[in-house]
Amino acid sequence: MADEATHEQHFHDPPNVTNPEHAEHHIVTPLQYGYVYITLLIGTLLTVLAADVDMGIFNPIVALAIACTKAVIVILFFMHVKYQSNLIKMTVGAGFFTFLVLITMTLSDYISRAWGLW
Amino acid sequence: MDNAIAPTEPLMPHETAVHEHEEHEHVFVPQHRHHFETEEQQREAGSFGMWLFLLTEIMFFGGLFFAYLLYRNWYYDAFVAASNQLNVSLGGANTAILITSGFFMALGVWAAEMRKRTLLVWMLVLTTLFGVAFLGIKYVEYKEKWEKHHIPGASFDISEFVNPPIDAKTGKPSQNPLPVDAAQKTQIFFFLYFAMTGMHALHMIIGIGLLFWLIGRSQRGDFSAGYVAPIENFGLYWHFVDIVWLFLFPLLYLINRHPLAH
Amino acid sequence: MSATSTTILNLPDQSTATIPKKNYITAEHGLLSWLLTGDHKRIAMLYLISITVFFFIGGAFAGLIRLELLTPQPDLVASDTYNKLFTMHGVIMVFLFLVPSVPATIGNFLIPIMVGARDLAFPKINLLSWYLYVVGGILVLSALVLGGVDTGWTFTTPLSTHYLNTHVLTTATAIFVAGFSSIFTGLNFIVTIHRMRCPGMTWFRMPLFVWAHYAASILMVLGTPVLAISLVLVALERVFGIGVFDPAKGGDPLLFQHLFWFYSHPAVYIMILPGMGVISEVVSTFSRKRVFGYTAVAFSSVAIALFGFFVWAHHMFIMGISNYSALVFSLLTMLVAVPSAIKIFNWSFTLQKGSITFETPMLYAFGFMGLFTIGGLTGVFLGSLGMDIQLTETYFIVAHFHFVMVGGMLMAFLSGVHFWWPKMTGRMYPESLSKLAAVVTFIGFNLTFMPQFILGYLGMPRRYHAYPPEFQVLNVLSTAGATVLGVGYMLPILYLAWSLKYGEIAGDNPWQATGLEWQIQSPPLTENFTEIPIMDHEAYDYEWLEHKTQHEVTHVG
Repeated sequence: MADEATHEQHFHDPPNVTNPEHAEHHIVTPLQYGYVYITLLIGTLLTVLAADVDMGIFNPIVALAIACTKAVIVILFFMHVKYQSNLIKMTVGAGFFTFLVLITMTLSDYISRAWGLW
Repeated sequence: MDNAIAPTEPLMPHETAVHEHEEHEHVFVPQHRHHFETEEQQREAGSFGMWLFLLTEIMFFGGLFFAYLLYRNWYYDAFVAASNQLNVSLGGANTAILITSGFFMALGVWAAEMRKRTLLVWMLVLTTLFGVAFLGIKYVEYKEKWEKHHIPGASFDISEFVNPPIDAKTGKPSQNPLPVDAAQKTQIFFFLYFAMTGMHALHMIIGIGLLFWLIGRSQRGDFSAGYVAPIENFGLYWHFVDIVWLFLFPLLYLINRHPLAH
Repeated sequence: MSATSTTILNLPDQSTATIPKKNYITAEHGLLSWLLTGDHKRIAMLYLISITVFFFIGGAFAGLIRLELLTPQPDLVASDTYNKLFTMHGVIMVFLFLVPSVPATIGNFLIPIMVGARDLAFPKINLLSWYLYVVGGILVLSALVLGGVDTGWTFTTPLSTHYLNTHVLTTATAIFVAGFSSIFTGLNFIVTIHRMRCPGMTWFRMPLFVWAHYAASILMVLGTPVLAISLVLVALERVFGIGVFDPAKGGDPLLFQHLFWFYSHPAVYIMILPGMGVISEVVSTFSRKRVFGYTAVAFSSVAIALFGFFVWAHHMFIMGISNYSALVFSLLTMLVAVPSAIKIFNWSFTLQKGSITFETPMLYAFGFMGLFTIGGLTGVFLGSLGMDIQLTETYFIVAHFHFVMVGGMLMAFLSGVHFWWPKMTGRMYPESLSKLAAVVTFIGFNLTFMPQFILGYLGMPRRYHAYPPEFQVLNVLSTAGATVLGVGYMLPILYLAWSLKYGEIAGDNPWQATGLEWQIQSPPLTENFTEIPIMDHEAYDYEWLEHKTQHEVTHVG
């Protein structure tokens, strides 16, 4: 019920109008971008070199691990997610989560097809 | 007074509280759309909206990635043989080119934030150039596939997989020969190769189109006076397309570089 | 408000009341001002007109289907034609009516107002969304005119990729485009709800209508792209013969179904959640009571959205998926029923000890609660593997989804249209005629679809235009019901159009409802609010409303 008491309630930071989580508007410097760039190039080189080493079953695992790391670095730094609000971080997470649901649950069918006597 | 909507006295206690703490008062910058209360809100909303769009892209490519996962498992030998038809140097070079393009894009965003018009234009131009270079190499690769009759469809030629060419150095076939029915499955690999890289290339072409528009407007100074959102949000799109390629490269080009060993 | 009155309707004095001169309809004139508008309310109206057109086209196909099924013999149309009829009925009703029905019309209109914003986050994207819808619709109509498509709305492979020569590509393209319409609507809602709420509007003060749309929007954004890629693959398969779904070339037709249903199951929640949002608002208003268990209802919307992503293969139980994964999906299907049931319970408890009146929106809401419950329960039967083997691909399934979609969603849509009609147009519809239409619809619906449960259980397959003669009686009942239903749906078109000119002036808050939309003029201003409101009370706060009414400052129209 609105009365004088609630007028003391601060609406000074109306939800979602000004920066709600007070996330600093951080500007990534070219130097930081440079470090990221070099890291990504090294990652690419590693991917190609690792592919030429015979690690059997681990080849695809290593390749994907490096790819995932590169992707995370691009997301955090080139796409600034490290410096963004929790909402953006959760959104990115939600996207990958749904992608994983698609992959794993569809896989649950294919993986289990050859089993059993039915 | 418990209903702030009905118009009454102009200044009410809570309104004063609102204005005192607002940092972005009523200074309307040109890009500020009036359904947003502050430009900060608008910028955050734009970024959020672009991320939601990118989520749709993740799910869109996700379907193709699953198809790849399935058929790679079902037809591993065919996928290995077909994958080794791709040129790793070109693919690796393309990966580096795209990463570089992304680097320039990120610098472009910085330039916009620092209000440096000329630098922004140069960064966007470099982003575009490297993007075009990527597409150029892809064209070369696609052309090679066309010439070798490795495009799925009526003219697909499996002879190279059934009778792999002899490696001059070892005197043995460079790949394990595949039985005919397995060799047929290489078509599925190539279909996925063209579908995934083709879809990726389509996104690059759209991105390059948008880049031309952004370059034009940046040249006019539209994005170096505080209005950074279009550059930022396009950057998100461009980096996303880059990430897709970061996965396509190992998945398509590097399945198994030692097929003879196992 | 009299304790013994049979209606809560509170209209202003008709001899002096007028529609406010300045409102979103009169703000600008000319066709272009509508076709190039950024105003979410105008876009909502554009959508309302377009989806109504498509509803009647889809309905016409339903009429033809029921006409054919009057007799056991295939005597009205050839089998190919019959296949085209049910395909077009499904495609139009699902993609061009049900998916956008509440979100694109009532949702577009109300969400900014309900959260206290001046418009959605991206007005231009909103307009683009409508154009994409129209293009999708035109493409569907072209497919129709060019000769139709007969794959069934589900495009099952390899039928759609290898065995049919109808306009699959055109229809697939149409749905692809319409899908983006849906994605953009959802995207807009999510950003608006997260980032444009007015001061004081915390998540738990928002109307449940908004929560429902938030959940549906998540599904739209995350699910629809998978439909898009599945259609792209069908197109590539048809055009290039690449073999992705062709067993002869090593492909798996079931891969299509996994991708298709990954969207199409959440799609049914996209369709129903906004309707449930409507019901929350209507049940509360017409029982004069806050929704029981607000938090549970809010979270149940999100739970439906979340679990909705985990159950899609229950559409594929007999298609060849592994029995183990069928078990998993069956279990999850049982779980997804729980949040829906929570809503029904909470609405029921809202009714308990409320002051219930039976205006038209409430009649539709009661219809929803009963029919959706039946439809939902039969869904649980179908989720059970053993039962599904008997009942799938029969009329039991047809009855099930019509109960939830027509008995449920369409009733919710009509409930919402009637409830917010005074707000959107400034005029009231004729109450007695609308009550009649609601009752006629309810009777017609039950007569149409109840027999279909029995038919399905007895074994009549779906999508067949011929059937054993012993099923005729039930089919005749069903067709009779469909005729009654058709009348029930025609009536609102007529009287709602009539009300635009001759309806009583509604005033700001004819239903004496809570919610920000009822505190502004009817029809609203283009900018919705003269000043952005500050939300200082909970949702469904009837005491606040009572207090406000007693202290009402004269509203400047």
